[in-house]
Amino acid sequence: MKADPAGVLTGVHFLDGDHACCEGALAAGACFAAGYPITPSTEVVERFAARIPKVGGTFIQMEDELASSIAIQGAVWGGAKAFTVTSGPGFSLMMEHIGYAVMTETPCVFVNVQRGGPSTGLPTLPAQSDMMQARWGSHGDYEVIALCPNSPQECFDLTITAFNLSEKYRVPVMFMMDECVGHMTEKVIIPPAEQIEIEPRRKTHKPHDAYKPYECNGDGSLVPEMAHAGEGYKFHVTGLTHDERGYPAMTVAAQQKLVGRLRDKISKAADDLLLVEQDNTADADVVVVTYGITSRVAQRGIDSARAKGLKVGKLRLKIVWPFPDQLIKKLSQRAKAFVVPELNLGQISREVERAAGGVKTVCVPHAGGGVHRPEDILKAIQEASR
Amino acid sequence: MATYVNIEPTQNLEPFKGVKKLPLEEYFTSGHRTCQGCESALVMKMMVKAAGPRTIVLGSTGCMYVANTTYYSTSWVVPWMHTQLGSSGSAALGTAAGLKALMRKGKIKNEPINVIAFCGDGGGADMGLGAISATLTHPDYNCLILMYDNESYANTDIQLSGSTPWGANTTFSTPGPAKRIMHHRWKKNMAGMMAAGHPTCRYVATICMSYGLHGMNSIRKALTIGGPTFIHSLDPCPKGWDYDPIQSHELGELAVNTGVWPLYEVEDGVLRLTGRTQQIADKRIPRQPVRDYLLRQGRFAHFTDDDIDYFQSKVDEMWHKWLIPGAIPFHKEIEADNPPA
Repeated sequence: MKADPAGVLTGVHFLDGDHACCEGALAAGACFAAGYPITPSTEVVERFAARIPKVGGTFIQMEDELASSIAIQGAVWGGAKAFTVTSGPGFSLMMEHIGYAVMTETPCVFVNVQRGGPSTGLPTLPAQSDMMQARWGSHGDYEVIALCPNSPQECFDLTITAFNLSEKYRVPVMFMMDECVGHMTEKVIIPPAEQIEIEPRRKTHKPHDAYKPYECNGDGSLVPEMAHAGEGYKFHVTGLTHDERGYPAMTVAAQQKLVGRLRDKISKAADDLLLVEQDNTADADVVVVTYGITSRVAQRGIDSARAKGLKVGKLRLKIVWPFPDQLIKKLSQRAKAFVVPELNLGQISREVERAAGGVKTVCVPHAGGGVHRPEDILKAIQEASR
Repeated sequence: MATYVNIEPTQNLEPFKGVKKLPLEEYFTSGHRTCQGCESALVMKMMVKAAGPRTIVLGSTGCMYVANTTYYSTSWVVPWMHTQLGSSGSAALGTAAGLKALMRKGKIKNEPINVIAFCGDGGGADMGLGAISATLTHPDYNCLILMYDNESYANTDIQLSGSTPWGANTTFSTPGPAKRIMHHRWKKNMAGMMAAGHPTCRYVATICMSYGLHGMNSIRKALTIGGPTFIHSLDPCPKGWDYDPIQSHELGELAVNTGVWPLYEVEDGVLRLTGRTQQIADKRIPRQPVRDYLLRQGRFAHFTDDDIDYFQSKVDEMWHKWLIPGAIPFHKEIEADNPPA
């Protein structure tokens, strides 16, 4: 399905990442946003509020992030594509409703323009310290999808991908920007609508009396079809463990079946959910695993290392969750070491270490508030390659 | 209340008899970076001057948190603590309860200590509403919650809040050719809501620091009466309301004199109009047209005459058709509401 031209601002623009993210959401067909002001993410919904009168749709300023994160889910069940935008403290407040979206299989997008934390932290400065929260922040066992753009262009492109994946897998998608990317202004090319692929909602066409909201089709897909309120289908949406009818089912078997499927629909789609950029990894002794703004700083360190004759490759994660275990395992068969610079004190590096199965993994931590110095990354590469 | 609820004694803060009687000591001093013409900074200064030195101030995220701490220093002379955006009510309650427990156990000297938690309109009327409401139901603890209301999320660049007036231009409600009025909600009636909904709250007041003595004496009364109390202050904001900072004081006066911002207090359930509002109600001074107030502010620059008339009609309704004018918006009968197209 192609994008609706109404929301696509085709042309060459000079946008910051926040505004590009908004344009990506509009191009993806989002017609509802619920937002609450929080630096450095507010510009996304400010632009949405300004664009909506012409594009068509609704923006509501909610009373807090608890409200925003559930208002979008109401909108989705009413038939809209919807998203919300926040930063660290607001993301913390949204956690219960992210779990609700997982449990109810509500396709929606949560944009988090990361800033330094914990708590109020560094509102105007970058970090990548919510990466584990994106994966594990809500209680219970679950899988989500998380993407990390590293440029305003990717803020546009990957926001569309985020919406598409949320529809395809009926799962909340975390769009994990950071303050640098959000406030960085660069050229953004928005293609014509007919060149933008949009994943349609996985709507049901079954007869009303044959539809079960959480029943898989038997076609191998683990993602049930969806009906909207008011279409004549009976459905029951609840955060309680439920059976295929959506009715609460408080049994060990129902829990195992539902939670298992919620996990499997993502983990078994690992190949489809592999989105990375690789440079020179085939013969690399050291692979720098990086994402978001750090990838742009790391590039300088990598280039310097290669200029010194070191065999260094780059693996940039555009989709961080689900984590590309198999790819890391494959690379670890050749590589002597992995180097993971990130604007936190060691989050994704632990995942790399786990997947690398004993191959040396060097974290280059940074508590946030700025970006790494390329020479620190170079130093880590040099030490890792010894 | 005190007959069956065990509350600690409060300081006896008599009303100031005039500006010449005010203490010279300042407990909110230099070292902040609030905007030129910031009325909320004046509220902080007057609030703590009214309360005196034996005071603990808690501030939730907002202008008066961020702007008062950015220079790696604090302008607070009294003890001050930041709380999260929605937690001013809970922080006040916890602090008051902690003090009470320490005094009861003899760990600290038993003396009246003021606990004041402030919040902006975003932190009070939006996110922190539940926490404030819950705190006002606890008669056992002495604390004042002061909501400084500049009618937007001014700290994050003027997004609309639950306290933003109808039609105002904010970064979330920018008027344009496709749609002129982007904000259709009416400002929450926080003081009325707090007074009507919390029988355990002995004192609720509205103030505007353009009438500083009135505001300070309301704060002193709230701290003296005991239990949880609530004050709602309207603060003109040059950045958010878009006017020359020199006009801040005058805009506060206009808000009161046009009847947009009625001054009143509710003490033990008894409502009393106060200050200029009382004089308007008694017809000793006329109520000015809202046009005088609205057209001074860039945030209403897109208003047509119809918009201004509509705004006026809603203010008139507040004065003439509310069961308790200015405070409680119940009507005797349903009226048609016809906003401009």
